[in-house]
Amino acid sequence: MSEPTSPLAGAKYEGFAGVVAMGLQGMISLRGDLGAEALGKAVKAVTGVDVPAPRRIAMKGETGAAWMSPDELLLLVPYADVATALERLHEMLAGTHFLAVDVSDARAMFSVDGQGVREIVAKLMPVDMRRQAFGEGDFRRTRMAQIPAALWMPQPDRVQIICFRSVAEYAFNLLKGAAAPGGEVGHLS
Amino acid sequence: MLILTCPCCGVTAEETEFHAGGEAHLKRFGPGSSEDEFHDYLFARENPKGVHFERWRHANGCGKWFLAARDTVTLEVYGTYPAQTHEPPQDIKDRISARHPGWTWREFA
Repeated sequence: MSEPTSPLAGAKYEGFAGVVAMGLQGMISLRGDLGAEALGKAVKAVTGVDVPAPRRIAMKGETGAAWMSPDELLLLVPYADVATALERLHEMLAGTHFLAVDVSDARAMFSVDGQGVREIVAKLMPVDMRRQAFGEGDFRRTRMAQIPAALWMPQPDRVQIICFRSVAEYAFNLLKGAAAPGGEVGHLS
Repeated sequence: MLILTCPCCGVTAEETEFHAGGEAHLKRFGPGSSEDEFHDYLFARENPKGVHFERWRHANGCGKWFLAARDTVTLEVYGTYPAQTHEPPQDIKDRISARHPGWTWREFA
């Protein structure tokens, strides 16, 4: 059996902020009626958090849920727990109209750390990155240069970005370029 | 550049996050309709200088379709509303009327 590997296997770059291609992250795409009680209970059971409000992410330790669209959540769980979590979801949601799929290996995740992370994001995405407009707990799907991406800030001065695995290298190169020393703008810090 | 607010997820973003989907409020003429009706359904589109209604998709976001009322000259956006609507909502019509008294667009005014 081949071992699961994360895209770019922990590639790192140190510019005026640090860019890291993160390791394996369990992700489950869950579609259904987000207002339904059964779905809320299932999400709570698997991730420990309530269904997040639109454009928000709720995290509890290593697990969490992010609001993707009016009928879709992205559940984050440790990579090794995906199978159990899926089983649990299917058990708890049986009989309702829903879809739960393991998308862990279809995604790449990056973390950008440092003073200028807001600028790095603002260079690449059409998102208002002022502190008052985007903060901890906010979750945004958008585009990063030419590819779809989603981002949130788990803590101040740290951004986590998810994109498709097939474009992981492109995404990493983009972030590298935006974080290159000398590229500080100093407008959003 | 257009700045649109997606009524499905509430994100306000510029147009590169969205994808234009052509004219809004098209009525389908399928089997049983006359050739002229079918022709117009397929090919006849409005090309106004001024008020226009369009379909847009939040392609790089929540992925949902919605409708937008805007001005093709000034790029002013009068409002966006859900795709499951047969007619522009009254508040958007009022906003257009304030700017263009007596406007018409297909059967709407």
